[in-house]
Amino acid sequence: MSNQDVSGSGGASDRFRELYFTEALREALAEEMERDPEVFLLGEDMGVYGGCFGVTRGLLEQFGPERVRDTPISEAGVVGLAVGAAILGARPVVEVMFMDFITLAMDQIANHAAKFRYMYGEQARVPLVIRCPAGAGRAYGATHSQTLEAWFLHVPGLKVVAPATAADAKGLLKSAIRDDNPVIFLENKVLYQSREWIPDGEFTIPLGRARRVCEGGDVTIVAYSRMAREAEKAASILAEEGIGAEVIDLRSLVPLDIDAVVASVTKTGRVVLVEEGTRTGGVCAELGMRLFEEAWDSLDAPIQRVTAPDIPIPFAPELEAAVIPTAADIAAAARALAES
Amino acid sequence: MDLLECYRLMWRIRLFEEKVDQFFGDGTLRGTSHLCVGQEATAVGACAALRPTDYVTSTHRGHGHFLAKGGDPRRLMAELFGKATGYSRGRGGSQHMACYALGFLGSNGITGGGIPIATGAALAIQRRRQSHVVLCFFGDGAANQGVFHEALNLAAVWKLPVIYLCENNLYAMSTPVRATFAIPRIAARAAAYGMPGHTVDGNDLQAVRDAVAEAASRARDGGGPTLLECQTYRLVGHSKSDRRVYRTREEEEEWRARDPILRLGNALLAAGELTEAQAAQIREEEAREIEEAVAFARQSPVLPAEAALEGVYA
Ligand SMILES: Cc1ncc(C[n+]2csc(CCOP(=O)(O)OP(=O)(O)O)c2C)c(N)n1
Ligand SMILES: [Mg+2]
Repeated sequence: MSNQDVSGSGGASDRFRELYFTEALREALAEEMERDPEVFLLGEDMGVYGGCFGVTRGLLEQFGPERVRDTPISEAGVVGLAVGAAILGARPVVEVMFMDFITLAMDQIANHAAKFRYMYGEQARVPLVIRCPAGAGRAYGATHSQTLEAWFLHVPGLKVVAPATAADAKGLLKSAIRDDNPVIFLENKVLYQSREWIPDGEFTIPLGRARRVCEGGDVTIVAYSRMAREAEKAASILAEEGIGAEVIDLRSLVPLDIDAVVASVTKTGRVVLVEEGTRTGGVCAELGMRLFEEAWDSLDAPIQRVTAPDIPIPFAPELEAAVIPTAADIAAAARALAES
Repeated sequence: MDLLECYRLMWRIRLFEEKVDQFFGDGTLRGTSHLCVGQEATAVGACAALRPTDYVTSTHRGHGHFLAKGGDPRRLMAELFGKATGYSRGRGGSQHMACYALGFLGSNGITGGGIPIATGAALAIQRRRQSHVVLCFFGDGAANQGVFHEALNLAAVWKLPVIYLCENNLYAMSTPVRATFAIPRIAARAAAYGMPGHTVDGNDLQAVRDAVAEAASRARDGGGPTLLECQTYRLVGHSKSDRRVYRTREEEEEWRARDPILRLGNALLAAGELTEAQAAQIREEEAREIEEAVAFARQSPVLPAEAALEGVYA
């Protein structure tokens, strides 16, 4: 586990710049395209429009239409095509405009991309990244607000990455592009607008290493993506009450830095798991079981989880706000645990 | 439905959409919305050729389809406000509205999602030996989803009573049809499935109505599906944040001159079926209707948080 925002192999300088999450992603894409001519982008409205959320803005001008390819609205075909290109050595990065639409490409991901390596006797490599703007909070309704990472944990052969900060977004996306496996890369839509300090120059962040957001001795809070930010806010609330919360941002779910979580839980004896997605069969369900298996002796209280309820995301902004976990919800769960 | 009714309905849709646009602009409404300004003739012309007992499936750009199928502007507006009185009880929003009682089976946030749904509804009708038809609205962009192929083939093989109405407005978000089709006419695909296909001027209300009426009567007689391509244009951005960098203002002006409401209005005036005074009155009445819809939406109660947890299972 790393204590800093940025770790790993790159030559991150000690100079920092302020960037939006979207800009950090764009830098990662541009740098990797510069570095490796096999890297190219596929997706709907990525060129002139710059992507639905502006992540690829300017890249068409920089790299041309062969490497920033607008596709028809054909998610199954486009993802399948990317798999086919990847097995011949291309390194496609596909943008699925909203993570909800990845459902249309599920067969190509679960039955093809994830299995080729193993099923064909380790001949294939599938160096494919699928970028997925995910999550609720913008009142887009049930088909444009989901965060479906839990589904992909259940398919061996896929990696799942979910940054919470601009620096992580850049460093993790670069690692995902260099990885020889299919990677589902979550970009929480609410985070797009966050502006943060990130190191100058080239750096990568390895997949599978959690980040300790803050230290504390009373309770561990485990989260990722947008919820890691909510957890951080929860820790500040708790700190004012004299409760020491240690926040672990997983950064990637596959590979999973379970050691980092176990180490923290060993110290605190209490843990709250957080995810934005729905409860049943979710990421926390898996995390909780892993802790049950690997940290049972250290637990002083039952594992708690904070998630969305088992419902489609409602449109009405008040209802949506009521069902997505917040810092206050996380703090309440952690407080109850710390006082137990 | 007579032409004056159609004219009125087109104004209702136009004024509804302009009000919604205003509300997204000034922050009254949250989320996003896809407006059909400029495409009113396809919505109204198609629904005018249907019976009240027929069904419609819609798209993300569905307010016009819904109003044309008889939707109450008050309850549409209430849905946009996320109120309990909205057609989807505030759970759906702009892209997810339905009224099964009116035969409006839903707008749909998934591009192309309605195509197989419409086909399945037609299968249910056929199984019951009913004489209803299903009208399936979708865009040029949706025609490139895999389900388009699968559904149209099934409908043709099983001779299902469904009309596939592609609103070709030249763009899918920012992507022009010339970048996504290697053929000039989407309707030409019909031949590959073994069903009739026609390209229609989608800004000509009467042409749309006639084409749908013909397809509907064939479908009712067991003659199976039809693919209609209605050529039209959205005069506004794709959604509220669209800066329209992918097309020229000149192109927009050309299409503005072909405004379907203007066209029907002029035709009716020329034929002596409408006077300027009547036209103004219709506009005013519809504007008042929309104001009432807004008042209704505003006055409707906000949903309690617990309401979110209800209704997942039947
Ligand atoms: C499966 C899926 N892919 C992508 C989108 C995002 N999206 C919404 S509308 C749209 C364009 C649709 O174009 P078209 O079918 O031509 O309809 P139009 O918007 O022109 O009415 C896109 C790409 C979506 N909602 N669903
Ligand atoms: Mg279109």
